[in-house]
Amino acid sequence: MTKIEQVAQQVGAIILGKQQQIRLALACLIARGHLLIEDVPGVGKTTLAHALAASLGLNFHRIQFTSDLLPADVLGVAVYNSDRSKFEFHPGPIFSQVVLADEINRATPKSQSALLEAMEEHQVTIEGETRRLPDPFFVIATQNPSHQIGTFPLPESQLDRFLMRIELGYPGPEAERALLRGENRRDLLERIQPCMQPAELLVLQREAQQVHASDALLDYVQALINHTRRSADYVSGLSPRAGLALAQAARAWALLDARKHVVPEDVQAVLPGVVGHRLSPTGAAREITATSADIAARLIASVAIP
Amino acid sequence: MLNPAPAISLGNTLSLILAFALVAAPHTEHLPLWLSALAGAMCLWRAYLARMRLALPARWLLMLVVIASAAAIYLQYRTLFGRDAGVALLVLMISLKLMETRTQRDGMVLAFISYFLVLTNFFYTQSILTALYLLGCVWLITAAMIGLQHTHEPARYRAQWRLQLRTSAVMLAQSVPLMVVFFFLFPRVQGPLWGMPSDAFAGVTGLSDNMSPGTINKLVFSEEVALRAEFSGKVPPPNKLYWRGPVLLDFDGKTWTAPPRPFLNRIDLQRRADPAYYRVTIEPHNRRWLFALDIPGLLPPRTSITADHLLMSQTPVTSRMRYDISSYLDYGIGADSNELTLRRALQLPRGFNPQTLELGQQLRAQHADNDAIVTAALALLREQKFTYTVEPPLLGRHSVDEFLFNTRAGFCEHFSSAFVVLMRAAGVPARVVTGYLGGEYNALGNYLIVRQSDAHAWTEVWMEKRGWVRVDPTNAISPARADGGLAAALPESALLSRSVFSSRNPLLHRWAMTWDSLANSWNQTVLGYNLETQRALLYRAGFDGDTLRTLAAMLIGATILVTLLLALATLRQRRRSREPVLAAYQTFCEKMAKVGIARGDAEGPQDFATRIAVTRPELAHATDAITRLYVSLRYQEEEENNNKNKYLQQLQQHIKALPA
Repeated sequence: MTKIEQVAQQVGAIILGKQQQIRLALACLIARGHLLIEDVPGVGKTTLAHALAASLGLNFHRIQFTSDLLPADVLGVAVYNSDRSKFEFHPGPIFSQVVLADEINRATPKSQSALLEAMEEHQVTIEGETRRLPDPFFVIATQNPSHQIGTFPLPESQLDRFLMRIELGYPGPEAERALLRGENRRDLLERIQPCMQPAELLVLQREAQQVHASDALLDYVQALINHTRRSADYVSGLSPRAGLALAQAARAWALLDARKHVVPEDVQAVLPGVVGHRLSPTGAAREITATSADIAARLIASVAIP
Repeated sequence: MLNPAPAISLGNTLSLILAFALVAAPHTEHLPLWLSALAGAMCLWRAYLARMRLALPARWLLMLVVIASAAAIYLQYRTLFGRDAGVALLVLMISLKLMETRTQRDGMVLAFISYFLVLTNFFYTQSILTALYLLGCVWLITAAMIGLQHTHEPARYRAQWRLQLRTSAVMLAQSVPLMVVFFFLFPRVQGPLWGMPSDAFAGVTGLSDNMSPGTINKLVFSEEVALRAEFSGKVPPPNKLYWRGPVLLDFDGKTWTAPPRPFLNRIDLQRRADPAYYRVTIEPHNRRWLFALDIPGLLPPRTSITADHLLMSQTPVTSRMRYDISSYLDYGIGADSNELTLRRALQLPRGFNPQTLELGQQLRAQHADNDAIVTAALALLREQKFTYTVEPPLLGRHSVDEFLFNTRAGFCEHFSSAFVVLMRAAGVPARVVTGYLGGEYNALGNYLIVRQSDAHAWTEVWMEKRGWVRVDPTNAISPARADGGLAAALPESALLSRSVFSSRNPLLHRWAMTWDSLANSWNQTVLGYNLETQRALLYRAGFDGDTLRTLAAMLIGATILVTLLLALATLRQRRRSREPVLAAYQTFCEKMAKVGIARGDAEGPQDFATRIAVTRPELAHATDAITRLYVSLRYQEEEENNNKNKYLQQLQQHIKALPA
């Protein structure tokens, strides 16, 4: 069993019955992307983030986003040290390998964008000084569905920064029963042993970039993208960044399967995560494609594999 | 106008003109010369204007031409209705429509009336060649119409045309099933509205109910088919093949005529041998009489027989007609003919042919009974070196005298006419019978072709107790006529028509027979499919009762079915990939579809393999190998795959090994 599989198994022992989402989250991580978990409160969003970080042996910070959160609360602040007669930088929670931005859509856009800029640039600039963020750097944001009160929905341009958005959903009846019967999740989390070193994760990330995507496969990716651009079912088509994300995620997914080449099934597997938050269906299509899975299934069904 | 109608392009104009010219071409045969010339000139003029990008003529000028030429057509035909005038008007109007064809829409109108013009060609002939030619025309018109969908001038005309022709051919091929459905199921309604225009049979050739020197002679040059006959047994010998036509009783010195005769209630027939059974398909000749071998026994339904034993239909034969009939070739008829008939068969006009009258009286004086007189007269003809020719010298007022005593050259009508006059002069009741003699046997189709050139005239004389006895005076002079047909009876130099010509060249003859056999099948099956055969077909298929409603329902049902099938076929039709890997995988998917596992368009190869393994575990092994090879060939990096050809071969072998 490879190390990454051990990670998947360990996380799966805590988040019950969500293997697919866990693998997606891992693929997202391996593809050097950030992850957005959207669901109603209490389905284990935070637990998932926590378990992932712990299993991968990464240090972890949690930021609870609230409407009065300021950018400095995220990035850190320079404080005057009277002993040394100068300003000293106190790094914020962003300076960690895994950042859990909990309920990101409760914060004001100003604070949201502070985090999102850091995600994109892998660095923050405070008081004129640029500071690099650690590597690997991985943001797991959670958000409540935007129809809940007290939310500032992320604009589309910022949603695009997340490689994937996954929905955990309620557990199945068996998982639910196991959950009810089993130990406290928090105790389990504390007992997690890291399965791999951060350096090993970096190697995996590099390997993922080398997974081969043949012309035939890229034809398929392009066919999918072109369909979203031409079809009247979507408000707007997928951006080139989305296409890139799709290819990267598919590569990572193939690597999780221990393959050195991408097959169409990989693309289809990561599609719900990659396009769910990037495509908004229009009109009648909006009614029947409520979830990311629906949007992806509809897209898959309407494009033939070349 | 916001959106000006797109102008018609040069290529489209030229193709429409070409299509029209080809459709109209067969009509030039019967159109007045000036109209053909006018239409041709319009075509050329329009092509010139299009080529030079010049403006079309003014509307008032066209108006003038329309009025003037419509008036000319009226003067020509004395009507604007009916087949000939109607077609002439249509050709005129289309050729003038060319002159105001400016936009794509005009082009569509032109294409549609060209289709209609295709139809009018069938008013004149419905032969296989015509059908093939017009099919070609439909192909061209459709191609031209497809071209109208492109408003721009194409970059390369030839490639564009080839594409249009191919699309048109594909479309026509797709419409074949519908065509077949319509052929069998479209209601065949018989009635004046649906039939041919009333003047359609004005010019048909054939026998008439009168005969003067030259009447039959004229027919000899026509190779048109009069009838075809299929015998259920052996074809009778040529000298028995007397196809009985109008019987001419009255003579006015120049012309023999057939008076209207009462119908017989029963045939006064003495049978001497078994009858011959046969089926006749008669070409339309616009007369009521039908042809049968001497003498018909059982009559076909809806026919009757006259006192002269001529078979009559209830209506003029205006379309090809088929009837089953039997004939007694050895017979005796009319032994009980009444006084009136016999007296009529003795009448001669006063003041004509004195020499013949004298000869007749001599014969009567020398010989005791009618038999001897006939024998003597025939002997006379035979001895006196008469010549059989299709180019007889002209005769004057005493035509029979001149023929018998001076020119001594003539055709069957001269012989029969002279013989009957002589017999009547000798007091023997006699009459002229016209019809056809013989026919050409087509071994390929096992039937007899009787052409207009087989037209013949012979005589019948009345003997006590024996009734009307057939005497063919032509036979006395040229015995070959009855045995070997006209071609055998005439000298080599008198090449008459193609049929006679071809009968002397074995290769041509064979070809002609093949072609006629084909034409006969076409007539019998395609053209002969009428209301009755349609009803019989439906009846055999188990449909009875309201034919029209059944037909309508079946027609609609079949049309929907065929259209659906075609649509499905088009949807399913996937272009086979040129790439061998993909092609092999497609074969695999097709094989799987045959066993009930069809791959979805968006189903990845591995998912598909998993599904196969679940539904058909026995195929899992082979599928796994195939899928692995396919995935590695299609999605792996080239470097990993330096054995690409080997893998491809393996893939193909695996797929081949699958049970089909």
